[in-house]
Parts: sequence; structure tokens; C-alpha cells
Amino acid sequence: MNFRKLLRRNETVLIFAIIIFSLVIGSRSPEFFTAANLFDILRSSFVQLLFALGVLIVIISGGIDVSFPIVGIFAGYTAVVIMRKYDLNEESLLIPVVLAIVIGVILGGFNAIAIAGFGIPTLIATLGTAGIFRGLMLSFIGATFISNIPVGLDNFSTADLIKFESDAGTLVRLHVLVIPVAIITVAVSYLLNRTIFGRSVYALGGGIESTRRLGISIKRTQAKIYMLVGGLSGLAGIIYVSLQRKASPYDLAGSELDVIAAVVLGGASIMGGYGTVFGTVLGVLFINMMKNNLVLLGVSSSWQRAAVGVLLVIGITIQAIGENRKSKRERLAADQDKE
Amino acid sequence: MISTTTLSYSVENIVKSFGGAKALSGVSMSVSSGEVHCLAGENGSGKSTLIKIMAGVHSPDSGLIRLADKEFPQLSPRQAVQEGVQVIFQDFSLLPNLTAAENIALPTYIYENSKFISKRATLKIAQEAIDLIGVDIDITLPVSEISIASKQLVAIARATNLGVKMLFMDEPTTALTRKEINRLFEVINQIKARGVATVFVSHKIDEIQEICNTITVLRNGEVVADGLMKNFGPKEISQAMTGQDVLTTFISPPLISASQNVIELSCITAKPAFSDISFSIAPGEILGVTGLLGSGRTELAEAIFGKYQIESGEIKVDGVKMPLNSPKAALKAGIGYVPPDRLTQGLFLDQSILRNLVAVGLDSYKSRWGALPQKNLSQAGDKWISELKIKTKNSANPVTSLSGGNQQRVVLAKWFATNPHLMILNGPTVGVDVGSKREILEIIRDRANAGMAFLLISDDIPELIQICHRVITIKNGRISKEFSESELNETQLYKELN
Repeated sequence: MNFRKLLRRNETVLIFAIIIFSLVIGSRSPEFFTAANLFDILRSSFVQLLFALGVLIVIISGGIDVSFPIVGIFAGYTAVVIMRKYDLNEESLLIPVVLAIVIGVILGGFNAIAIAGFGIPTLIATLGTAGIFRGLMLSFIGATFISNIPVGLDNFSTADLIKFESDAGTLVRLHVLVIPVAIITVAVSYLLNRTIFGRSVYALGGGIESTRRLGISIKRTQAKIYMLVGGLSGLAGIIYVSLQRKASPYDLAGSELDVIAAVVLGGASIMGGYGTVFGTVLGVLFINMMKNNLVLLGVSSSWQRAAVGVLLVIGITIQAIGENRKSKRERLAADQDKE
Repeated sequence: MISTTTLSYSVENIVKSFGGAKALSGVSMSVSSGEVHCLAGENGSGKSTLIKIMAGVHSPDSGLIRLADKEFPQLSPRQAVQEGVQVIFQDFSLLPNLTAAENIALPTYIYENSKFISKRATLKIAQEAIDLIGVDIDITLPVSEISIASKQLVAIARATNLGVKMLFMDEPTTALTRKEINRLFEVINQIKARGVATVFVSHKIDEIQEICNTITVLRNGEVVADGLMKNFGPKEISQAMTGQDVLTTFISPPLISASQNVIELSCITAKPAFSDISFSIAPGEILGVTGLLGSGRTELAEAIFGKYQIESGEIKVDGVKMPLNSPKAALKAGIGYVPPDRLTQGLFLDQSILRNLVAVGLDSYKSRWGALPQKNLSQAGDKWISELKIKTKNSANPVTSLSGGNQQRVVLAKWFATNPHLMILNGPTVGVDVGSKREILEIIRDRANAGMAFLLISDDIPELIQICHRVITIKNGRISKEFSESELNETQLYKELN
């Protein structure tokens, strides 16, 4: 790959953006370049990254999922409720995690039925199911805040891989989650690049009719995608509950903006067919870095959401401009061919 | 894998109808290995239906598919691939976001039921496939970044990779230049030498004659002619396709005498495209304009319509001076302009005949309140159906229920719906098969007979001779010569152009 092509890649642009942003904030406040701040950014990125990996898969396939935050909190909250109701082992971390993933896959299955089974456009289908899931959760599972979550989950929130006191006297902590999240990230990358299922996801985003003619089952691929996203969201949901040390059914709703913005900024094409795990990781880090540190620049926290919205629009605009240039280049090439 | 014995692939008595309309009524065709067979026919003759049956997309109502020594009442897509039947559709069905290598190799993985994919194996499969057809393309590039000709070679490499025995190519030369067509033909000859039975679907007579050994001609879902290519000349083929003798008839209508010209151009100049162009067109007259690519003919057409900046000169429409450089003014003065390709790709296939007819001039059917009363629409629709003699019982039927020729009439009616005094047609028959071409020319003639003036810009010399009252040739942006109807002949025109 030549240098100019490398420059044109979204990931490169994003790395530069991250560097510039760091330098600007770092020059204003020296705290920025500390391990404590870095680990804080990581900690706030875990849940988002898990959501984002799911959303990345959906976006590559040419669809969109806006139900994932609700699926996440539904799974996380319900897992806690089940633990309490059936007096399951308080100490266990595995039981709630598995419960949440299973619930996530089941909810993703409903999305799959709506999308692959009935052929409902993905945005409308997931918008609808998000409303249904939320309503079901609040009316049948519970609408109250649970502050004493099972001990296993509670302890996990402080399970640190590295923990020491810095020279300045602040506590520096790197959460153990960095390992499983890294493994899952690599696994999703492997899934997308090295398996036929992963390539089918890209194929689907490239064109439905052409994919069908390749002999790939559209419905089966879509069903797998939405169930996988459900599972990832369920996992993200229970981890969120654990890190927050409380389970509130009203949480996470509205967080889709941050996640979708991160994925799109990371170079996934909203039209489908393009996107990388590396780009998504960078996108998530960038968004969290910005959200955590805008305060250091003197920007009030109420502007954070607007800032993320602006980033989303910028990300899509860059894509649109690139798309225009590309089609212009193609047309030019085609015209020259004809002469 | 050169086979020594000749195998035969055939269909027998295939019947297929779609909701009452018969697409194929008892079609039989046979292709031997190592042969290039031409499947010719106009749009709507049943070619695509037959191809889709062979690809396993449609199943026939009755009939038999015989592949070597096996017989099938119908094929599933998977069966088709397993038996070595491959179709290269007109759009190639490639995935633009994946590399050429992946596009070639993916079907192999899927066919072998693999779960995993490796970059090295992908490149190896693809390189072998590319080498097999003896071409050189960079297979590491995404398909969106390679030329149309290369895309086609990728599609061929993909098809031939899976042990192809019978290969269908649906209008493979449509988007190619002559040089690329030559390369394609080399590839086809390679495939042929390996014993593949190739079916070449096309309506371009010169290409058919160049590459094919045998031919089957379809018309209205029936085989109307078949046999060895050498027994068919261009005339026989076009006659079989259309059922008419189309190549030689002169069909320009008698000229109506009128005192007032529809349009008068004096000394129109728009450098560097053209300068000092003057001519006039009378009501009911068809004026042809021809010239080489880059001679300024397209710019001239667009300039009259106000889309290309004119520097000096004057245009009078019906004796009234028209403001220059404004498409709005041109439309108001009664000038219509149809750019190239529009006559071939102008139908909303899943909409009704009526809706297709009124699609262009929607504004003119508006009521005072901006609504679109059904009454206005159906009135206009009925008018065009009777004026253009479109054969249908009900204008609410889908436009696909019409035959190819009648569909062509609907396309044209759409553009006539605004009732221009002067219609500028730029390349109206580019890429149209012989039968539809005749339909287009006949409709132009009918409208001219009714008093509409035409400016016809075309490369197609025989067509200009067939229909025009006068032809002017443009060279380097200037009118080089004007031919009156009696002076029109092919050799003179070609000589003037080159």
C-alpha cells in the first residue's frame, strides 16, 4: 500500500486527530498525560467498545441497529433480577454474565425475526423492538433501581490489574477488563476477516443481489448478525451494571449516539460494505477522550453531547465527500476508457 | 482439461409464463462443448427468462434441461453450479467493496462449504483463475477501483473457476470499447478451446458474426430461426429478430410546406465547441446532425436547449426571439431535449403504464391547488395510448405487461407529453436493438407527420438516411456540408465525416 493511500484511510486521519487533540489538551493541563487519565479513558471505553463492535458488524452489513442500548440494559438488569429472585450464587460472576449474554441473544433473535423473517428495514425494525423491549422490561421485569447488586458483580467493579498510588497521591487503577475486552476485540476482527461468515457480512453490505448470486443465504447471515449483536450488547450491559455497581432500567437509553458516532468516525460506511475493528477502537477512544477531557478545556459538560453530534456529522460528511470524489474519479476513468 | 468427446447441453420444449403472459412457449436450444452459440433476440423476446431458468433463478412450467447425460425438469441455483452452468449477468454481480481476488475466490469457498478463509489461499485461487483465462489484472485491488473491462474479466475468471461446462454471457460487450471487445473475444476463444459450451447473448449483429459458430434467434418467446452461423447474414439475423425487413426501408414522412420555421439559428457561436452555426427547421421536418466525437454536435444540442453557454448569435422560435442560455426559456418556447440513454432506460418497471406515461410532465397535470387529480392523468394517458397506438386494454396494468415495442412507445410518449414544437434527440437509438430502433424511428416519423419538428443527433448513418429530410455534418465546430434528402447516401456521408 502506498503512502497516499495510507493517508486517505480513515484510521490514519483518526490517529492524527487523536494526537492533535492530546497535544492541545496536554498543553492546557499536564494531568492529561498521566497514567491515571489514560486508564480512566480506557475504563470508560470498555462498555462502549463492546457495543461498538456489535454495531460495526451491523453497519458493515448495510444495516443499522438502534436497539442495542436497550438490549444491553434489559439483559444486564434482568440478569440481576433473576439472580435475586432465584437466590442464585451471590459470589458468582459467570452466572450473571452468561444469563445476560443469553438474554441478549434472545432479544437479538427477535430483531433477526423482524429483519430476516419479515424483511422490515433495519432502522424501523430495531427502533420498534427497542420500544417493545423497554416497555416489556419496565412493566414485567421491574422499574425500580437495584442498588445492592450481587457480590460477585459488585466486587468485579474494583478488580484491578494494576493498582498503585502515583507521586501526586492519586490512585492509579487499570481494570482487569482490559484483557477480556482486548480478546473479544481481536476475536471480532478475526471473525470479520478470516471467516466465511465475516466475509458474507462484507458481501451483504456490498450488494444484496450479488451476495445471493454467490450462493450466500441472506436471511441466515442477517439472523446470525443480529443475534451476535444481541449477545455482545448483553455482555456490555452486564459489565455496565457491574462497573456502575447498580442496576437501573432507565440507564443506557440514549447512548446509541456515542456508539454509532464512534463506529462511523472509525471509518465504517453507513451505506455498508466498509469498516474495520481497528478504526472502531480508535473511534471509541477518541470519543471517550474527548468526552472525558473537554472539561479540561473549559467546555461545559452540557456541550459534550453536542460535540459528539458534531463529530458524527463530520464523520459522515467526510465519507460523503470521499464517495463523491471516488465516483468522479471513476467517471473520469470510464470516459478516458471510451476515448 | 481439454475434453476429447463432444458433450451436448440442451433445453427442450421449455414453457414459462408469468401471470398469464407467456414468456417462453416451447423453446428448444442445443449447444455443444467447444462451441460459441449465439442467443439473439430483441428486448422482451425471452432471452433473459431462458438464462434465468438455466441459472436456477426461475423454474420452467414444463420442458426438460439436458446437461451432458443428465436430465432435469428444473435446476436450483446450487444444482446449476454443481452441474457446471454459470451465468455472467450484465451487471457482473460483483461486490465493489471486496478485492477482485475475493470476488473470484468466495464462490469456491462457499461451494466447498469452508468456514474459514485465508488471504494466501484466496490469492492463490484467484491467481490460478486469472492465469487460466490468460489475462493480467491486479487482483489485490477492490473491484470498485478497476475498469469495467477488468470487472468483466473478473466475472469470467470467477465463472470459469468452478469447473464451468456451460457459460452464459448476457450482453457482455455493452459497456466495452472495441479494443476491450477484442480482448474479450480472445478470452472466449480460450474458454472455447478448453471445451466449454459458451452461450453469447447479444443483439449486436457484427459481433455475433465475429465470435459465434451457431445461432438461435428468439422472438416473442419462440425460436424463429437456428442453425450454423455461416448460413446467416446480417439481413437474415435482423429479419429473424424483428420479423421485418428493417435495414433498408426509407421511412421519412412527406414534408409539409409551411411559411413559418419552427426554429431559426443565426450565427450561433460558443467557443471552443462550435462557431457560426446557422440553420432552420420547418414544422414536421426532421433535421439530422452528425459529426465525429468532439466535433461539437452534443454541445450544439445542449446550447439550443440553454444548457451550454452561447457567446453570440440569435435563436428564433416560431418567429419570436428566444432568450439564450436558459433551459427554462427553452422549455417555455416549446423546445424539448432528450439526452443520450434516456430512451433506453426510461421506464419504471413496476409501475403502471399510466404512471409511466405521465412521469415526465407531472407539473402540467396539477390542479389549481397543487394536487394531482386522477382525471387529468388518465385523460393524458388515454390520449397518448391512442395517439401512439400502444396496445393495451387497461392503462392501470404494469408496464411490464407490454411487449418490447410497446414499452418503447411508452418511453417516447413520456418525453412527448410536454408537447414540444421542436424535439432535440441526442443519440436516441444508442444501444437499442434493431426492433426497438425501428419502433423509435416510426414514432418519430408519426410525430413529424403531425407537425412536430425534430433535431436528430446521431452517429448512425443508415438511421439518419432512413428518416431525415436533411442532414448537416459538423466538423471542428462548423457546418461542413448540408445534404438534402435526394443527396443522402452512405458513402457520401462517410466521406464527408472522415
